[in-house]
Amino acid sequence: MTKAITVSGLHKSFGGTHALDGLDLDVETGEVHGFLGPNGAGKSTTIRVLLGLLRADSGTARLLGQDPWADAVELHRRIAYVPGDVTLWRNLSGGEVIDLYGRLRGGLDPARRADLVRRFELDPTKKGRTYSKGNRQKVALVAAFASDVDLLILDEPTSGLDPLMEEVFQTCVEEERDRGRTILLSSHILSEVEELCDRVSIIRKGVTVETGSLADLRHLTRTSVTAELAGPPGGLAALPGVHHLDVQGARVRLQVESDKLNAVLRSLTESGVRSLTSTPPTLEELFLRHYQEDIQAQEQAQEQEQEQTETGTGTKAVPR
Amino acid sequence: MTAMTSAAGPTAVRGSGSRHLAGTWPLLRLALRRDRVVIPVWVGVVALMVVSLPSSLKSVYSTAAERADVAHQMLTNSSLRALYGPVFGDSLGALAAWRIGAYAGVFAGIMSLVVVVRHTRDEEESGRQEMVSAGMVGRRAPLTAALLAALIANAALALLITAGLAGQGSSGALALGLGVAGVGMVFATTAAVVAQLTESARLAKGLTGGLLGAAFALRAAGDSAVSDGSSVLTWLSPVGWLENLRAFAHERWWVLLLFAAAVTIQGAIAYELAGRRDVGMSFLPTRPGPAAGRLGTAGALAWRLQRGGVLGWSLGFLAAGAAFGGVTKGATDLVGDNERTREIIERMGGQSGITDAFLATMAGMLGMVAALYVVQSVLRLHGEETSQRAEPVLAGAVGRLRWAAGHLLIAFGGAVLIMLLGGLGLTAGYGQSPGPILGACLVQLPAIWTIGALAVLLYGVSAQAAPAAWAVAGTALLLGWIGPALDLPAPLLNLSPFAHLPHLPGSEMTWPPVLILTAIATTLITTGLTAFNHRDLTTG
Repeated sequence: MTKAITVSGLHKSFGGTHALDGLDLDVETGEVHGFLGPNGAGKSTTIRVLLGLLRADSGTARLLGQDPWADAVELHRRIAYVPGDVTLWRNLSGGEVIDLYGRLRGGLDPARRADLVRRFELDPTKKGRTYSKGNRQKVALVAAFASDVDLLILDEPTSGLDPLMEEVFQTCVEEERDRGRTILLSSHILSEVEELCDRVSIIRKGVTVETGSLADLRHLTRTSVTAELAGPPGGLAALPGVHHLDVQGARVRLQVESDKLNAVLRSLTESGVRSLTSTPPTLEELFLRHYQEDIQAQEQAQEQEQEQTETGTGTKAVPR
Repeated sequence: MTAMTSAAGPTAVRGSGSRHLAGTWPLLRLALRRDRVVIPVWVGVVALMVVSLPSSLKSVYSTAAERADVAHQMLTNSSLRALYGPVFGDSLGALAAWRIGAYAGVFAGIMSLVVVVRHTRDEEESGRQEMVSAGMVGRRAPLTAALLAALIANAALALLITAGLAGQGSSGALALGLGVAGVGMVFATTAAVVAQLTESARLAKGLTGGLLGAAFALRAAGDSAVSDGSSVLTWLSPVGWLENLRAFAHERWWVLLLFAAAVTIQGAIAYELAGRRDVGMSFLPTRPGPAAGRLGTAGALAWRLQRGGVLGWSLGFLAAGAAFGGVTKGATDLVGDNERTREIIERMGGQSGITDAFLATMAGMLGMVAALYVVQSVLRLHGEETSQRAEPVLAGAVGRLRWAAGHLLIAFGGAVLIMLLGGLGLTAGYGQSPGPILGACLVQLPAIWTIGALAVLLYGVSAQAAPAAWAVAGTALLLGWIGPALDLPAPLLNLSPFAHLPHLPGSEMTWPPVLILTAIATTLITTGLTAFNHRDLTTG
């Protein structure tokens, strides 16, 4: 099967700031792909390059087998896009805008449009200026889900939606997947991504730092284990991959790298387990780990600077 | 600030009034910060226009006898009275006030209405006001800050005019300065009222601008009927009050009371309305729209967005043409004794036959105003792009060129339409020779297009640069409108594309400049669109 999106080594800078610094992204046909990263990581820039609105400085990008810049118009017939902040024309009604966007793409399924308007509880007769943020978002979502397209590009599409509507949105995404459509979903709502996405890519500072299925990614991270034992534990600290070990009498809390879990469990059972909880890493932890690396690196750099100014030596190495 | 607060402390009962105004000072500073370029430019240009007039008038009419002669002629000609108002004296100051007063007032009015709407309805429409009003900001503070900003701008204008013309007589200079600022403040408060009534800033500016145009038309109608400004129609118009102040001709200071009364009444209405309504809402209700739409192409969307503007400009041009045509009938009364007067009229557009010259001048004026239309229409591209509305449209199966073409067709085709309607209006008002008059209007098109094409080029190269097109159109307007009267050197006047057009009707049609300008416009558009097709879209 061909890939819906392939991006490799994408660079884009605005003046002196490098928004994209060699970004890679692969989205398989028919999957829901989560696109994650902190604010300013380059998610929207990537999406705009994919839509042919920005021109990449270097690197390659292919969408549905075509070039997003050169074949923009042809491609857009098969793509629906929902921005994170929808602006509408103040004097056009929501219904008019839905139909306009539909016609500017491959066309609109009237039955599905009516169904979506009902499910999203949208009043299509209101004028653009009178919609709230969530309702503006619904206009764009209805237009996208009712369009006859192969690929949906959703850039933080649910900002402003209430929890009920968030659920409608998730059902819609699942329906689209069942119909064989590909979805690129950029989002900050990690529970949403966890619920919907087959695979995710995490980017930071314009570079992809992690990509794969959630199961793959979990494998790379730590599981939290809390156990109450019959006797005091022995030798846990010596095991590889164990972090944040906290022993209070017979009560043990620790984090262990997921692929080293076996050895820990063996050691625990030796002491006799009374109760055990093991929590797999959430996407949030996964995400925060990458985010915190950033913060730690910054803090370290600052410490180093301070030390240099304090001691004046500047050669002192900071232990990691 | 602290001193004021503590002084007000004991009399906290008064608080209900001042609470409504809380936050005015920071909002005023915000407004002035945002307008730190626009207001000084407006004030500077209008003041320069007024202040530079006496010296150029002196070079044209050097002796008192000449001035008395021209004043007499201008007073007896009803067409010229409609254009400029009656002459109340033959001093340089009086002639300057006559020649420029009404226009300076109109410009001050435009500046003021733009400033007020920009800091009131525009802010609410964009949603920014909501965040501001969530702070310690009184219900009436935004309006107060906007009116104070307009007051500061108008006061600066009055000061510059008074200082600049003091050499012609200080009380006359003061009267003219106060009168111009007075017209500005009247329309600042009109805009304040209108901004409470409409939900759209664009509509608020359009309606207030329409009222300003109507005020000018009332004055023109009144002045064409009587020669001393005493017509009821003139007295109904704030622009008419300015001339009835009679700056440099035994000033009638009590007329200033009219400005004060109008400002007070309109201000009170605006304040009353502002205190009663919800933020972001208006008194004119919005009606629901259709649940399904027929718009299906980028071109149809462009037309839907611009059709209101095209309609407004069309009606305006038809009406202005008819009014100009009407006053042209009287232009033949002009006695051609004064060489220089005729020379000015001729340099402004015609070579032979004073009526033809007059018609050519009117056609030229319509053309220069149409350049503003074309710039505004082209800049819709800029507005759509920077408001992020273009992004989802271009993410549809719409090429950039096709998207731009929709708006450009309306801009450049609309220019043909409004010039044609202006010509029809002129013909209807004048009552004869439709062919030559329509020709005179249509021959303006290559120059109008050239300015529009410059706007396309600027936009194509960079969205940030696009608003500079207003400066281009404004410069062409100033050069054409007051350049000849200022005796500016020919190379400077020739910077305007309008300077190269054949002066129809009355002189030979010359094709080369028309064709060359059309070719220049085509090249500029092509270059601009090519650049646009290769640049990044402005993103949020």
